[in-house]
Amino acid sequence: MPVAIPDVKKTWPNAINVVTLGATKEEGGTRTVKVTVGGATALPFHHFEDKMPYPPAIAMEVWDVAPQDWPDALAEHFQDVWHDPGLWAKKCVEQYGADLICLRLAGCDPVRQNRGPHEAAQAVKRVLESVGVPLIVWGTGNDDKDNEIFPAVAEAASGENCLLGTITEDNYKTLVALCTAYKHKVIAESPCDVNIAKQVNILATDMGFKPEDIVIYPTSAALGYGLEYVYSVMERARLAALRGDKMLSQPMICDIGIEVWGVKEAKASERELPEWGAQKERGPLWEATTAYVYLLAGADILILRHPKAVASVREVIKQLMGDGLT
Amino acid sequence: MAKLTGIEIYKHLPKTNCGDCNFPTCMAFAMQVAAKKVGLEQCPHVSAEAKAALSEAQAPPMRTVTIGAGDRALKLGGETVLFRHEEKFHHPTVIAVRVRDDLSESELVQRIEKINQLQFVRVGQLIGVNAIALEQAAQDASRFAQAVKLAAEKSPLALILSSADPQALTEALKICAERRPLLCAATKENLKEFATLAKEFKCPLAVHAATLEELAELTQQIRSLGVEDLVLHPEITGLADGLAKLTQLRRLALEKNFRAVGYPVMVSVTGSDPFLETAYVATFVCKYASLVVMDGAERSQLLPILTARQNIFTDPQVPNAVEAKLYKVGEPTPQSPVLVTTNFALTYFTVEGEVENSRVPSYIAVVDTGGLGVLNAYADDKLTAEAIVKAVKSYGVMEQVAHKKLVIPGLVAVLKGEIEDLGGWEVLVGPEEAAGIPAYLKNEWKT
Repeated sequence: MPVAIPDVKKTWPNAINVVTLGATKEEGGTRTVKVTVGGATALPFHHFEDKMPYPPAIAMEVWDVAPQDWPDALAEHFQDVWHDPGLWAKKCVEQYGADLICLRLAGCDPVRQNRGPHEAAQAVKRVLESVGVPLIVWGTGNDDKDNEIFPAVAEAASGENCLLGTITEDNYKTLVALCTAYKHKVIAESPCDVNIAKQVNILATDMGFKPEDIVIYPTSAALGYGLEYVYSVMERARLAALRGDKMLSQPMICDIGIEVWGVKEAKASERELPEWGAQKERGPLWEATTAYVYLLAGADILILRHPKAVASVREVIKQLMGDGLT
Repeated sequence: MAKLTGIEIYKHLPKTNCGDCNFPTCMAFAMQVAAKKVGLEQCPHVSAEAKAALSEAQAPPMRTVTIGAGDRALKLGGETVLFRHEEKFHHPTVIAVRVRDDLSESELVQRIEKINQLQFVRVGQLIGVNAIALEQAAQDASRFAQAVKLAAEKSPLALILSSADPQALTEALKICAERRPLLCAATKENLKEFATLAKEFKCPLAVHAATLEELAELTQQIRSLGVEDLVLHPEITGLADGLAKLTQLRRLALEKNFRAVGYPVMVSVTGSDPFLETAYVATFVCKYASLVVMDGAERSQLLPILTARQNIFTDPQVPNAVEAKLYKVGEPTPQSPVLVTTNFALTYFTVEGEVENSRVPSYIAVVDTGGLGVLNAYADDKLTAEAIVKAVKSYGVMEQVAHKKLVIPGLVAVLKGEIEDLGGWEVLVGPEEAAGIPAYLKNEWKT
């Protein structure tokens, strides 16, 4: 006697915004590929319910200066190229298959080399001429410095349809104006708080910026360091979006590598902490596991560092999209 | 807990308005029962059938099933929400590592002991692998029993007995039934024999089927044979399929109150690639498995898995704070450093762990920041010079040390001058990240 199972599918009234990054020659840019995310009409990977037309995309992180504090587990993969952001980006795309490059202007940070707008723009151009994938440019997080360098950055990347960030509740006007003028998308940052995430979007759109040109950065936390707060904020935002909240309907970006490679579980060697097992596995696995969890909460773009984490997260996305079998 | 309305309860009452329950009418009584103010037993005339029907309807939508015995007993299921922010997830996913019986005796012992060691301390909590899943790979029933015997002797962890052979299970159960192992798994082919075993040895039973329909059909048949402690074991063909099946099962149980699948769910994953296996386990920890059986037993793999479980099963309603007071690490002396931090549990335990790593006995003066970390507390005016000075003074710690030096978190270096003015101590700026504490205490700290 077959049992009839009640239907548990939900119909959601709203879809996540579709955001396309990069512009080809015909569109006024020089990108050879574009990346589209968003568009989901169901919770992440709930294919039984409705559609998720675009898989989450992986961005690999490149710096404008050679990092001083990256552990050996990372350095061994990039130290041959990290003197040149162009070569570094090329390696990420050609060897590790990055969908996007996230150029972090760490060298402009006043606590690092305090580089100026011209050098920032040079780094952006160098990456753009070296790879064909779309570009994310992440500032220093220092409001004054970001407002100083982004005019040159936005102009240098004019017409390339990049994703620039971040704007916050306290500092959004300059970058929003620049993204409007030079036709870029913007990353709206909020401190692990759904209401503030919404508020930043409202502030940007009040300036006439299109809500479809925003990507939400709900902040990220490494596994074991507040991951559950971010996870729940992302789930709440995604549920609110599907239920109809247009000011939370933007795709979400997770900045994972920088968080994970700051914590001991990724950084510490076996010599220091033999009870935690082999660092060669542990480090990239810490990064990948953080990403696996955020994928389920609605991450649309993941910024990663370690090639092994990138390879695994790509495979996992493929399987979550239903293309893989065990 | 499924809620019944007053009307639904009223239908099952005698409707005589006799008043023996101390309420004027049956309807008034029903309303009080629905509001859980009084119990149904206060009506002396309610029939046995009505009691059974009502208790069935009032049962939680997902059963809680216990595996293991004594202080190692583990609760599976009893979940009440789809999303942790709606309330909390109740019973952390049990992580079981698989042991196949086709290993040699010394390999078996080695693997069991390795699994026993998969325990870690994180933020003041012990997190570890909870169970060993013994899997019959060889044909020989006595070989399976031998492996089970070894595991029962060598490990305090809960046991899962995985075999298709009722004879092998019977032998194994004679050895370890009092440990209340989970029998894995009843299928449509062996349902009667497995149900009989579960009943005879009073053990919980996993039910395996390829589809949700088949699963629901099997649980109904097994319940009719008198076995209630069931764990659903749907066959999954990949991450997407598993996510779909487990999500539907959770929704059926909680949103549709569909009793046939109102049980905890288990997933069995096999992993030649530790990354992919970890992705499976992490996915099903987040999305609805009460038990996951896996192959990997490396510490580098289990630490992230167990940490993910600890994170996801943290109660979001409880502020994650430690008591704001003076803590001692090791046996501090008058020469020991005094470090300031916040009472956010994660911050405190990270700092405490790093101070321990430094092997420098220290005082940690914890300021009540309402459970916020350093930067958030600073931004929220909870970690101010006044608050730090007030806390440090109230602990009397500066009277216990011979120096007048206070180490503050590097992230709030700006408070240095104000604290010096208010407290009259010399303020040293410590590292920005807790990970820098051992180097700081060893190389820079001087009295």
